[in-house]
Amino acid sequence: MAVLDRRIVYHFDWTVFTLSLGLAAVGLVSVLSGTWGGAHHGLDPLVVRQLLWIGVGTALMTAVALLDYRALGSYAYLIYAVAVGLLVVVAVAGHSTGGSRRWINLGVLKLEPSEVAKLALVLVMVRYMREEPPRGGWKAHQMAVPAILLAIPAALVLKQPDLGTALILILLTATLVFVGGLNWRTLAVLALGAVLVAPVGWHYLKPYQRERLVSFLNPESDPLGSGYHIIQSEIAIGSGGHWGKGLFKGTQARLNFLPEQTTDFIFAVFAEEFGFAGSMLLLGLYAGLIARGAWIARHARDRFGSMLAIGVTGIIFWQVAINIGMATGMLPVVGITLPLVSYGGSSLIMMMIALGLLISINVRRYLF
Amino acid sequence: MARFGSREKNRPVPKLDPRITALTVLMAVVLTAAAGRLYYLQVIKHHELSELADRNRIRIQRLPALRGLVYDDRHRPLVDTRPSFDAVIVPEDTRNLSATIERLEKVLNHDHIAEKLEDAEDQGRPEFEPVTVDERLEWPQVVALETHQLELPGVSLQVNPRRHYIYDSLAAHLLGYVGEVTVRDLNHLPDYRMGDEIGKFGLERSLETTLRGDSGGQEIEVDSVGRRLRLLREIPEKPGDSVVMTLDLDLQKAAEQAIGNRAGALVAIDPNTGYILAMASFPAFDPNVFAGGITPANWRALAMDPSHPLENRAIQGAYPPGSTFKIVDSIAGLSDRTLTPETTYFCPGGLYYGGREYRCWRKQGHGTISVHRAIVESCDVFFYEVGEHLGIDRIAAWAHALGLGKKTDIELDNERTGTIPSTAWKQRRFHERWYPAETLSVAIGQGYVTVTPLQLADLAAEVANGGTLYKPQFVKEIDALDGSVVKSFPPIIESRVRIDPQVLEEVREGMAGVVNQPDGTAHGAKLDNVIVAGKTGTAQVVKEGQGVRLKEDALPERYRDHGWFIAFAPVDHPKIAIACIIEHSGHGGSSAGPVVKAVMQKYFEMNPPQGGPPPKAGPTTNPVTQPADQADAQTE
Repeated sequence: MAVLDRRIVYHFDWTVFTLSLGLAAVGLVSVLSGTWGGAHHGLDPLVVRQLLWIGVGTALMTAVALLDYRALGSYAYLIYAVAVGLLVVVAVAGHSTGGSRRWINLGVLKLEPSEVAKLALVLVMVRYMREEPPRGGWKAHQMAVPAILLAIPAALVLKQPDLGTALILILLTATLVFVGGLNWRTLAVLALGAVLVAPVGWHYLKPYQRERLVSFLNPESDPLGSGYHIIQSEIAIGSGGHWGKGLFKGTQARLNFLPEQTTDFIFAVFAEEFGFAGSMLLLGLYAGLIARGAWIARHARDRFGSMLAIGVTGIIFWQVAINIGMATGMLPVVGITLPLVSYGGSSLIMMMIALGLLISINVRRYLF
Repeated sequence: MARFGSREKNRPVPKLDPRITALTVLMAVVLTAAAGRLYYLQVIKHHELSELADRNRIRIQRLPALRGLVYDDRHRPLVDTRPSFDAVIVPEDTRNLSATIERLEKVLNHDHIAEKLEDAEDQGRPEFEPVTVDERLEWPQVVALETHQLELPGVSLQVNPRRHYIYDSLAAHLLGYVGEVTVRDLNHLPDYRMGDEIGKFGLERSLETTLRGDSGGQEIEVDSVGRRLRLLREIPEKPGDSVVMTLDLDLQKAAEQAIGNRAGALVAIDPNTGYILAMASFPAFDPNVFAGGITPANWRALAMDPSHPLENRAIQGAYPPGSTFKIVDSIAGLSDRTLTPETTYFCPGGLYYGGREYRCWRKQGHGTISVHRAIVESCDVFFYEVGEHLGIDRIAAWAHALGLGKKTDIELDNERTGTIPSTAWKQRRFHERWYPAETLSVAIGQGYVTVTPLQLADLAAEVANGGTLYKPQFVKEIDALDGSVVKSFPPIIESRVRIDPQVLEEVREGMAGVVNQPDGTAHGAKLDNVIVAGKTGTAQVVKEGQGVRLKEDALPERYRDHGWFIAFAPVDHPKIAIACIIEHSGHGGSSAGPVVKAVMQKYFEMNPPQGGPPPKAGPTTNPVTQPADQADAQTE
């Protein structure tokens, strides 16, 4: 392992690598724009930090790409345990911002364990389902372990509260269980169950989370309250038009009409300044990455690699779908970052590690 | 090696394949939906959302233009706009509204603040909108308010431009007033916004478009919390143009002073141009109370006042002309040859006609009398005869030709037409035939006939200028801010009546006699240096025959006659023509006469007659014209 195999370099997946760096570049520009206060203010520290994370992330992505992903199978439960442990630490001694407790302050980095939890959950799910399911697919009772594996981190994340990440954890599990071979009938029963459980879930939502859902359904009902974010985001995106207003010329972002403009609503910042052309470019980069991920999953040498590729692709897909859906007013406001684009060290680095795994899966099919 | 064999070796994991395909399809659908949504927002709804983005960030602030000034004929300001310090309360920002009101009332020494707030609340003004509770604060009040600022949360001072009528009620009816534009007016005035000032009455209303100017505006970029960031665009306001009136401040003051506190009106015009030199009406009002919004209580007081202070009696008062109408009789009779300077009638103090006595004001009678003495002494019997010989329709035709019974078209609202009766008029109005006896009343300016003071001023001017009826104008020119003349208003001739100069001379001589002969009815109005020509009149308030004529002093005031005096001077080169009425004052010579005299005096003090005292008026001033002209002296 220590010796770098020539074939790894030879078969390195430049598609994933290039698309990832392209998205990171879009993200950097968007963070720059979202924090721009005029030339006399200079660069915001956020931009410098984001650039730093991209550098660290790229290095880690490359390093992970060179590793044999199969080794992770053995560490999956350990990694999962560490991730859950970190979530517990957050719950006990986390750093809170704006009413939610999501971070562990490490000095240089405010680690967001929920980001770690996403990848850890994917790993442990893939590990659990590494064997072929019995004929006819996994039965419901065989899904008890995955259900518990999901429930622990999801409950901890919900407690923060971070409805977005909890939702992603659920969707990732669903995706993996579906691809992993869940019995069709069980699938149908679970889908029905989800519909029935929804009202109960409503009961456990925090008031602000309910408000967001209501205002999503009817943003004009409270244009200065919760609906405000949705309306302002739509205005930003729509006012961009075909070609956008130009870098630093987006008034919605510049004049702070957009909330969370370097994280959850960064898409609106980009779409306002680069228009429909820019949004299509960004969406195209994601589509390329997702398509490549699905292709790698199909062509992986083993079931573990294939499932892992699906998991990584799923992380990207669900976050992109929910984030853009939210920014364009198709989905309620839940705090989910736009992968590789939103500001944030934890999410960027975890995402790049995940993409490193994707490259690794693709490279390894030539090696054994 | 491996690369070439990879296709063979790396077949997809078979069991997973269909489900990966299903997932891929799902992801493709979702991403396509996102692309569709972006197309909808960024391409289809782009225009609408761009506008919303602009509305988000751009605040439009209007810069109202400064209203134009109003000057008298010598460019002395009559109306300007001054800063007014107003106290405003934002109810929402007060911690304890009633305590704040109480404290503010103490500071301003004013106790209507709570009332104003209640009014505002009744009008549905929201809590966060400032309410003006006191206007035009005096300097000590401003200082007091500033010093107590900390104890008065929610109270602040605002400086607003406020229309200011420098001489308060001076020429109030002519200048008019401004007020806040009404919601109903806003529907058809697209350039106006709620709260804008608009001319409501008088000159302020007639010349609204000139005075108002064009308001400008600023587009200011603001951020999400409303902080002003920069000025995007500015359209500077264009101040209104100034109006230079034909009115003379000193003459106007003299007229109003002379009328004093008696109800009445006076109009002084230049007979050679139709320019109004003074126009007074009493009771008047102070237009300053309208500026910045009149309180409902003040408005009610003005509108309901039984003495009608808002009415401009000079054009809105229609009164019987009384004996001043004898000038019309004389011109008509002499022109139509039913009367000559030599014609005499005998006045025994009354005339029996149709079984009824028509009295002369002088019980003992005037004896044998000709037209000159009949004008000078205002003999009623003589003019009963003149009227009888003319007939009502000829009187009416001449009266109409001289501009009576029709609007002068002065640029002011609500002008009255007055009434000149005729057989046709009576048929139309009452469906009744004209009784010849009624002509006798009309001949001495009673009965159905009514005129406005402005119309009688025009009559005096026509006699003065030889029969030209000018449109009465009160604006001489409109000046831009830099003093350049934007527009001037040359005299406009409405009509010209061809009157034989001999006829005119006879009438003028008679009118000169009224003032200058010792037995004239307005001998008191005589001036030392100028020969004034005039005619008195007494308009009966109680109809003739309604009872025994009592002595004036014995009647309650509201039944007393109105006194008229119309005049022009100098008789040979007239410069000024005046009509004046003093309500319920009895005889015109003794009530309106001195008022006109005071105005004349002031006028000739300011404009001394050239070449010292003019020669005595006589037949020599105007050479006798050829008889050929006499045939078409009549116009109608």
